[in-house]
Amino acid sequence: MELLGEIIVAAMLVISGIFGFVGSYGLVKLPDQMTRLHAPTKAATLGVGGVLLASLAWFFFFGDHPSWHELMITLFLFLTAPITGLMIAKTNMHLTWNPEELPDPGEDRNWATFGDSADSSLMDADPEIGQDEREHRE
Amino acid sequence: MIRRLFPHPYLSAVLVLVWMLLVNRFAWGSLVFAVLLSIAIPALTAPYWPDRARLRNPVKIAAYMLLVLMDIVIANVQVAMIVLFKPNRKLQPAWITIPLDLHSPEAITVLAGTITLTPGTVSSDLSQDGHALLVHCLHAPDPESVILDIKNRYEARLKEIFE
Repeated sequence: MELLGEIIVAAMLVISGIFGFVGSYGLVKLPDQMTRLHAPTKAATLGVGGVLLASLAWFFFFGDHPSWHELMITLFLFLTAPITGLMIAKTNMHLTWNPEELPDPGEDRNWATFGDSADSSLMDADPEIGQDEREHRE
Repeated sequence: MIRRLFPHPYLSAVLVLVWMLLVNRFAWGSLVFAVLLSIAIPALTAPYWPDRARLRNPVKIAAYMLLVLMDIVIANVQVAMIVLFKPNRKLQPAWITIPLDLHSPEAITVLAGTITLTPGTVSSDLSQDGHALLVHCLHAPDPESVILDIKNRYEARLKEIFE
């Protein structure tokens, strides 16, 4: 039983290490900002999830009583990770993409960040960020 | 009486569960406090959250969460393979527009979150009146199939839960 517990905990830690590494490596390797966003939002979820599962298993096998905080961390992580991704994506769209380069939004006239209500976006109003700085393909 | 105390029974149930898990050790005192919170929080937040979503089919939430968890694991492996073994020049990133059939803001939020957490896609923006989602794909040789996949796999299920 003890051995089984140790094997499970060790396996979880190794898996999470591998995925954490791949997430960070993707951040360096992928070609532009939008694709770079993919590596940490996905690979890191399993990286962190693996550590949490390992902790859960450790408390289950060797701790005084089972611990449920890891489940809560997972829940809060899954609630907040997409929001961070969305914020980074929107900022990046304003900094390096023109609204014309994005696909057509269908029956509505514009995407929310570029629409009438978003006219006063601080980043677009800044004349310092010129056309030449909108170069997003390396 | 019960209905007036718990106008949103699922929200109250989730609050009790989260509080008990945060306390991490069962005690009757914590349970009483959790129940008090589950009465107070829905009552206090009601003015800021008009037209709360009614869940039509709450049993399917568990099935949906399991499906998404499975997909997250698969997505992680797929993205890791792309990052490690696919050279950058063979990568085909793409923007896609997903027309939405969902109307409630809660359902659209869950869908956008799911898209960000699963295979090679990040939801980036919503159209002005909420009729379409802008999604960025890491590697999409065939954008049409990605749209169909998301609509059939996640949106159809969310529609059953929320509308």
